[in-house]
Amino acid sequence: MFQTPDQAADRKAWMALLAKVAPARLAALMPDLPDHSLLRPAEVGAVMLRGRAGATGAAFNLGEMTVTRCSVQLTTGEVGHAYVQGRDRAHALRAAALDALMQTTRANDLRARILEPLRAEAAAASALRASKAAATKVDFFTLMRGEDA
Amino acid sequence: MNAEALTGGFTSPPQQAARAFRAVLNAMARPGTLHTVEGALPPAPLSVAAGVAILTLVDGTTPLHLAGASDCAAVRDWVAFHTGAPLVAAEDAVFALGTWPDLAPVNRFRIGLPDYPDRSATLIVELRDLSAEGARLTGPGIAASAHLSLPETAAFQANRALFPLGFDCLFTCGSLIAALPRSTKVEAV
Repeated sequence: MFQTPDQAADRKAWMALLAKVAPARLAALMPDLPDHSLLRPAEVGAVMLRGRAGATGAAFNLGEMTVTRCSVQLTTGEVGHAYVQGRDRAHALRAAALDALMQTTRANDLRARILEPLRAEAAAASALRASKAAATKVDFFTLMRGEDA
Repeated sequence: MNAEALTGGFTSPPQQAARAFRAVLNAMARPGTLHTVEGALPPAPLSVAAGVAILTLVDGTTPLHLAGASDCAAVRDWVAFHTGAPLVAAEDAVFALGTWPDLAPVNRFRIGLPDYPDRSATLIVELRDLSAEGARLTGPGIAASAHLSLPETAAFQANRALFPLGFDCLFTCGSLIAALPRSTKVEAV
C-alpha cells in the first residue's frame, strides 16, 4: 500500500482535505467509527507555519497554528494517521480512522460517500472566496510617469 | 516503518507519564531505591522500564544516543514515532540508552559546564539484574547507606570526583528502575 508516487499523492490529498474540513461536517458524513485501537491518543499541539515571500525569499516564521494529531490501528491491522487543524480531538480521531479505512477494500465506497462531497464543498468554498476577492480587484496602470513629463 | 514501531506507547499519556515521572523523580531523590514502572511495551531489546523512561523524559528537544544492541531499526522507529527525539552521537547526547558495556567509555558523555552543570547527559543503563545489594551508596538522599547492584564502581567514583559536573544514571531491568545521581558516593563492598 502507498508504494507508488500516485498512491502517496492520493493519500496526501485526502489527509489534507480531512485536516481542513469542518469537524461537524465530517461527523455528519461519518457518524460511526470502526473498531480500532489507539496507537497515539489524540493530542493537541502547535506547529510553526513557515513561508517564503514570493516563494523565493528567505524562510520566515509566519506564526504558530494549533493542530491535533491522532494515530489509530483498525482491528484488521490498517494504520491511520491524522493531523487536523484546531483542538477538536474527536475530529482528529475520526480523520485518522477514515485514513485507515481508506486503505481497506471499502475505499471506493468511502471515497464516493464521504471524500467526494467534502472535496466538492471545499472547492466550492474556495471558488466563492476567490470570486469575492476577484470582484474587488483593481488593475493599476500608469497613464503618465512623473519623469516623462 | 513496521507496525510494531507504532504500538507500545502510553495508552493514557497524561496519567501514565505523570506516574512514571514521579517514580523517576523518587528514584533520583533517593539513590539506591527500586521503583516499579509500567505502561510502555517497547520493542526488544528494550526493557519496560527503559521504554517508560524514554517516553517520559525524551522528546523532540532532547538528543538521544542509542548504544550497542539498542541501536537497531525497531528501536529507532519506535523512538521516532513516540518521542520524535533526534538520534545523535554520544558526545552530543542529553540522554543515552544501552547496556553498561555498550555505553563504555562513559567519559565521552557530556558532564556539563562549570557555569551550567545541568548541561550533562543522563545515562539509561539496561542491567540484566537490578537489586538492592552490592556497592554501598552514601550521600544526599540516603539516610545512612544504601546498596545497589552496580555494574562497576570505579567509573562512578571518577564521576563523583567531578562534582558538581558529571553524568547521572538511571538503571533499568524489567519493570524496575533505580537511579544514581552524580552526588552519590560509591564504595565497593
